[in-house]
Amino acid sequence: MDGLLAPFRSAGVKSSRRNFLKASLAAGGGLLLTARIHGIAKAAVSGEAGPREIALNAYVRVAPDGSVTVTAKNPECGQGIKVMLPMLIAEELDVSWDKVRIEQAGYDPKYPAQVAGGSQATPVNWLPMRRVGAAGRQMLIQAAATTWGVQASECDTTPGVVRHQASGHTLSYGELAEKAAAVKVPDLEKVPLKDPKTFRIVGQPMRNVDGEKIVTGQPLFGIDVTVPGMLYAVFQKCDVHGGKLVSSNVEAIRKLPGVKAAFEVKGGTDLRGLLDGVAVVADSWWRANRARQQLQITWDEGDITGQNSADFARKAAELAKGAPSSTVRKNGDPAGALAKSAKVVEAAYHYPFLSHIDLEPQNCTASFVNGKVEIWAPTQNPAPGSKLVASTLGIPESAIKINMIRCGGGFGRRLSNDYMVEAAWISKEAGAPVKLVWTREDDMRHDLYRPAGYHFFKGGLDGAGKLIAFTDHFVTFSQDGAVANSANLEPTEFPARLVANLELGTSMMPLRAPTGPLRAPRSNGLGFAFQSFLDELAHASGKDPVAFALDLLGEPRVLPDPPGPRATPGFHTGRMRGVIELAAEKSGWGKTKLPKGTGMGLAYYYSHLGYFAEVVQATMAANGLIQLDKVWIAGDIGSQIINPLNAENQAQGAALDGLGTAIGHGLTIEKGKIVQGNFDTVLPLRMRQSPPVEVHFRVTDFPPTGLGEPALPPSLPALGNAIFAATGQRIRSLPFKDQKLNASA
Amino acid sequence: MPYIIQVNGKQHTADVESETPLLWVLRDTLNLKGTKFGCGAAQCGACTVHLGGQATRSCQIPVSVLGASNVTTIEAIGETPVGKRVQQAWLELDVAQCGYCQSGQIMSATALLTKIPNPTDQDINQAMNGNLCRCATYTRIRAAIKRAAELARA
Ligand code: FES
Ligand code: FES
Repeated sequence: MDGLLAPFRSAGVKSSRRNFLKASLAAGGGLLLTARIHGIAKAAVSGEAGPREIALNAYVRVAPDGSVTVTAKNPECGQGIKVMLPMLIAEELDVSWDKVRIEQAGYDPKYPAQVAGGSQATPVNWLPMRRVGAAGRQMLIQAAATTWGVQASECDTTPGVVRHQASGHTLSYGELAEKAAAVKVPDLEKVPLKDPKTFRIVGQPMRNVDGEKIVTGQPLFGIDVTVPGMLYAVFQKCDVHGGKLVSSNVEAIRKLPGVKAAFEVKGGTDLRGLLDGVAVVADSWWRANRARQQLQITWDEGDITGQNSADFARKAAELAKGAPSSTVRKNGDPAGALAKSAKVVEAAYHYPFLSHIDLEPQNCTASFVNGKVEIWAPTQNPAPGSKLVASTLGIPESAIKINMIRCGGGFGRRLSNDYMVEAAWISKEAGAPVKLVWTREDDMRHDLYRPAGYHFFKGGLDGAGKLIAFTDHFVTFSQDGAVANSANLEPTEFPARLVANLELGTSMMPLRAPTGPLRAPRSNGLGFAFQSFLDELAHASGKDPVAFALDLLGEPRVLPDPPGPRATPGFHTGRMRGVIELAAEKSGWGKTKLPKGTGMGLAYYYSHLGYFAEVVQATMAANGLIQLDKVWIAGDIGSQIINPLNAENQAQGAALDGLGTAIGHGLTIEKGKIVQGNFDTVLPLRMRQSPPVEVHFRVTDFPPTGLGEPALPPSLPALGNAIFAATGQRIRSLPFKDQKLNASA
Repeated sequence: MPYIIQVNGKQHTADVESETPLLWVLRDTLNLKGTKFGCGAAQCGACTVHLGGQATRSCQIPVSVLGASNVTTIEAIGETPVGKRVQQAWLELDVAQCGYCQSGQIMSATALLTKIPNPTDQDINQAMNGNLCRCATYTRIRAAIKRAAELARA
């Protein structure tokens, strides 16, 4: 299959099922192509332990009027997948883009759809979706050739039309569609693809398909769903995750205005499933939520000893005094090399728990009737949702229908389906269709958090300023005895493979709150810690950070990953050098004379197969506030930017997301509960803070990969490094808003 | 009790409690889903509507205080020349990512451009600071506001 999937296969995971392409007559006439292609999704996106098999489905209908309908199987959360995948098909099918309509498919458990991971969609779909389009084009050509009694090889296409070169005969796709349905389908693996130089659609700016509906306020999102007879629900859970319900005043709640049902729910122990709580169902959401405010519930919170951010910090510092409890990687003799180093730098870094804060709070509509349930869910990942609903409600998956609705942001939150099982359960108990809508506070306090982390670094430089020793004792979190979701450290973490004496080790602290993947899982925290510390080392070495990075990377070459389920095609030092040089060039690094109190910081990071370097220019304002002046992004995501309009938007958004997170986002835990609940204490970036962002891509010969995630990690340390350049103060803990910054330094 | 309110130039009756926020009357009683719920606390701007021409957070306005003032929502903002240009600029620049915040952004931008046809960056910062975009499409929002201003000059 695809060159990018090959490394996953060679890592011992094989796709066991056959790919197929089927042609048939479409309902309403024309050609219907149904393709199912099996591949392997890498684990990074879902935060799962290993890769898993996925099925890529494509439905393409060529109608008698020549229009082409592509069914998008991927849920849309704002990454632009709903446009991107049809672009790939339409390109190879050779139709003009204004003839293409895009439909959102529901979820069919027989054919699990791929999860929405913006960065994964590109590498996984790049070849398969093009092949589907190319196969369709061949069939249309064959149908025309048969009609004319000529060889298919004598025919060609222009968008939407087959042409016989010698005779000048033409037939439109619409005219051929029905006939093409009877043509033998070509072998997907062998169908020839276009030379990228001749692309007409891929590489062109294409707009959001739902743009018109968005700007006119049409119902589009999960929270906008209305079904006949629908009631509105809220669900109160224990703010200590997994706490058990002891008793409640639910009877009194039933008497409140508009309340149609109120009941206790006995959930399980899976923090991603149905948990204990009290559901209130009313004839309007506001009434349901107002009634809920009268709830009095006694909880059994369980053991919350030590479940405080302050205790975690203390414990981490204690653990750091000893040896890591497990070694992730060891090369050479780090202790010996540190002892011999001309200069040793030591530093402790910290980043906090984070919530996903999708702007659309979690919600779901469900209608349970006669043992069957229909669900309308803004989910990124319906397949596990269907399983969860089936096992919790005790019904077969065949009794579940899931409609995937556009998400108002995902960022990884909607890979879990807790809100889905809650809605299904409440509909069943209430005996009516319900729309469950969480409050912002529910959303922030019942998330799968980006785990906090504590890093204790040591770095050794020789007399020439070369990095000869590097160690990190990473104090992270465990859940039920195993490393918590998205809280692990891989043996390939940069600068591993580039420093002769290196040790990465971890120790763990037990955590009650559930954790999960957040945009650029792991990398979003690790990038800050490692890239900030590397900047410290650069300054200690007396070299410019760009020069230090290029020295560290050395000659262009591929550093292979150790075999294993997370293995990628390896880290290409040349590609990273390329983006660092590009970012330096575009930002005028080292050339621009900056005023006092202003500085530039560089950071670079490889994640989700993408290489990104970013420069942030920041100024310390007199009031101690950080002012973001400008951001330069340089990325290498391979040979093709599929949709440049969306790519720029995604890259800018990712970098600004990172900067907002660095400055204003951090959750604290007290007695097992998340303290923050709304945007008065969690402060995402706002317009006033938002700087201009330049995006530059370096086009290379490698297969195209995604960018929704890899553009994020470098921005946080680039800002920290800029603050250091501006003020001489090194910020080692996030968020910056909680650090004392001295404007006069 | 029944409240008679003016929304998008039409009269509507909403039989709800006096404290019911305009946001929920719009969404659940009048079935106008374009105005979004994001925080319920005047922190995000997703629920922005125009109240007598002013950009207002509808999650903070109890239905009982509306009286005769006209409420304009995203569903009708395209009927004003400024609103129409703002929508056009938004589409031209492909501003939206997930799109959830954008009806609120468009309402705030339209109020700004109605008052200040050629806003400076500072004007934009001030008028738009209450509207969060979790996808951080601020670069394009700023550009689209300037584009809408330019469309008016053309
Ligand atoms: S919902 Fe009104 S400001 Fe957020
Ligand atoms: S576009 Fe997603 S919140 Fe603004």
